[in-house]
Amino acid sequence: MLFLEQLLNGVQLGMMLFLMAAGLTLIFGIMHLINLAHGSLYMVGAYFTATVTVMSGSFAIGLFGGCVAAACCGVLIELLAMRHLYHRDHLDQVLATFGIILTANEATKMIFGPQALFLNPPDWLSETVQILPDTPYPAYRLFVIISGIVVALFLRHLITHTRLGMLIRAGATHREMVTALGFNISLLFTVVFALGAGLAGLAGGLAGPLLAIEVGMGEQILILTFVVIIIGGIGSVKGALVAGLLVGIVDTLSRAFLPTLLKTMLPTASADALAGSVSSMAIYIVMALVLIVRPEGLYRAYGT
Amino acid sequence: MQLSPKIRNAIALASLCVSANALAEPAKIGMITTLSGGGASLGIDIRDGFELALKERNNQLGGIDVDMIIVDDGRKVDNAKQIATRMVERDQVDIMTGIVWSNLAMAVIPSVTADGTIYISPNAGPSLLAGKRCHPNYFNVAWQNDNLHEAMGQYVSDKGYNKVYLIAPNYPAGKDALAGFKRFYKGQIAGEVYTKLGQVDYAAEIANLRAENPDAVFFFLPGGMGINFTKQYAQAGLKESIPLFGPAFSFDEGILKAVGDAAIDTMNTSQYSHDLDNSANKAFVAKFMETYGRKPSLYASQGYDAALLLDSAFRAVGSDYKNKEKFRAALAKADFSSVRGDFRFGPNQHPIQSIYVRKVVREGDSVTNQLVGTVFTQHQDAYASECKMK
Repeated sequence: MLFLEQLLNGVQLGMMLFLMAAGLTLIFGIMHLINLAHGSLYMVGAYFTATVTVMSGSFAIGLFGGCVAAACCGVLIELLAMRHLYHRDHLDQVLATFGIILTANEATKMIFGPQALFLNPPDWLSETVQILPDTPYPAYRLFVIISGIVVALFLRHLITHTRLGMLIRAGATHREMVTALGFNISLLFTVVFALGAGLAGLAGGLAGPLLAIEVGMGEQILILTFVVIIIGGIGSVKGALVAGLLVGIVDTLSRAFLPTLLKTMLPTASADALAGSVSSMAIYIVMALVLIVRPEGLYRAYGT
Repeated sequence: MQLSPKIRNAIALASLCVSANALAEPAKIGMITTLSGGGASLGIDIRDGFELALKERNNQLGGIDVDMIIVDDGRKVDNAKQIATRMVERDQVDIMTGIVWSNLAMAVIPSVTADGTIYISPNAGPSLLAGKRCHPNYFNVAWQNDNLHEAMGQYVSDKGYNKVYLIAPNYPAGKDALAGFKRFYKGQIAGEVYTKLGQVDYAAEIANLRAENPDAVFFFLPGGMGINFTKQYAQAGLKESIPLFGPAFSFDEGILKAVGDAAIDTMNTSQYSHDLDNSANKAFVAKFMETYGRKPSLYASQGYDAALLLDSAFRAVGSDYKNKEKFRAALAKADFSSVRGDFRFGPNQHPIQSIYVRKVVREGDSVTNQLVGTVFTQHQDAYASECKMK
């Protein structure tokens, strides 16, 4: 069942994008801050997960370690740089966070060296699972999908049923009123930034066993993440989930089936070339369509 | 004060002698290579191999002092072009080298060689530059892109596989790779897929591959791409049922270190292996391991050989290296002991050499390549006849 396997691949990619996009969209929605360094936090998560897993021998500890490390880096970045950027122009924020990307890349190269790091999924996830008779699917990718679902449920509970979630929604609606009511808005911002960073770190840690852990890995996924939050609606976590799945599935299915589809209509050489170009454009075409039909994205942010 | 004619003549003679024995200006060598990002390990290996040769010779090649300028292109075509222009116009380099990727090579080499700079390629060997657009200023000390893939096509045919699935990235070297493989492979092609350069997730391609059920897979995915593919392939449970074949680029020492057991028992073809049995190589491997703490990959050997080639040419022409005609003639002779054994240039200034087949094995606590046989001896590239060098 090739289609089912490809669909699951799309969902897995979608879940990874959701983890990245959820953090990024919260940061932009609450703090109106464009954070290009989100990709670097993803990279930090991957590197620390790899290092801690090797040191402790357990992937679960490694994953937790990567998450925490990314959250701590997030707090550090927030205190040192972001604080001063909240009232500034978006362009200033882009420049500053771009600088953070460059710094993070060089620092990682200095600490860990330029060669890629080696991380295997834990033994209990290294096999394939027979989801249907005759359809083996890598257990680790299923684990990523399940983790994504768990995080989505956790975020929904956090935002709708906890005090912190209430403060997040209030801060997104009217920042000044929240301060006037006596809440420490800068602490709230730090906590939200750390939460976003932790999610990025988790995404990085989960990606580690699948992809090469190397300097610059954050930039590749950052572009897709921006596409996701634009399609989903900036500031909406639900939008991040729906758009993440949409982008993941469209990208995977177009790469999987477009070449075969085009080969039935065109000669092989042109079919390959066309398929390659169109499948890499597919998600941007979707984004353009969404922007034409619903410029603010599929879902609205809290408080708007 | 008036000097007597005798003393004037003596001074004139003395100054003539001094200028004749003047130290030759240091030769400027510009290296543009990939030192960061997804393909960094290749450029770093090439640079380390080249620098090792310089270190061994006290920063001289053939007795001439060398002024080395090394700049990172980050695998971006625009960067490479800008750096090349700067090196030719501002730094006025005598020789250029270093580019890893064929798309960058095609953007830089034709213009710098037309401008009069000599270019020694330690890696990228696009087919156009070996054939129709060859140039007297362009030498390739590594291979022509198709070569290692041609050898694997031959090997896979010889071993009786006849339903092979092909994967390569969509850029000049990827196209050369599959063209080369198909030139020598006599069986059926189960699928021919071009992925995006720098793609990280191969789940879609692996699922399609599984559906086609070939009896072998040949893939060309250098650097980080190879690491990702091989790991994901093993996780999909296909390693035992459908064997993997590729050129050395898909299984270089750097990739093996990152992938580990997922690559064991795969086969790859290469013009170089660290266990090649000749004295130049034994010395090189020992020195490389001592200096850098890792085994040299084929990229490192290519960087080293590029320096040795230049060393031999400088030694032949001495301080007269600014004379391009003489220098090119000296380069074409390739009078040096390559770490890969026999080496000579064909008429299009690309190597004629042996290509070996290697198996990936576990050696103690690491995974590495082991030489198991020879596929071609005295192999020349397929484009030499198209090259009409003036």
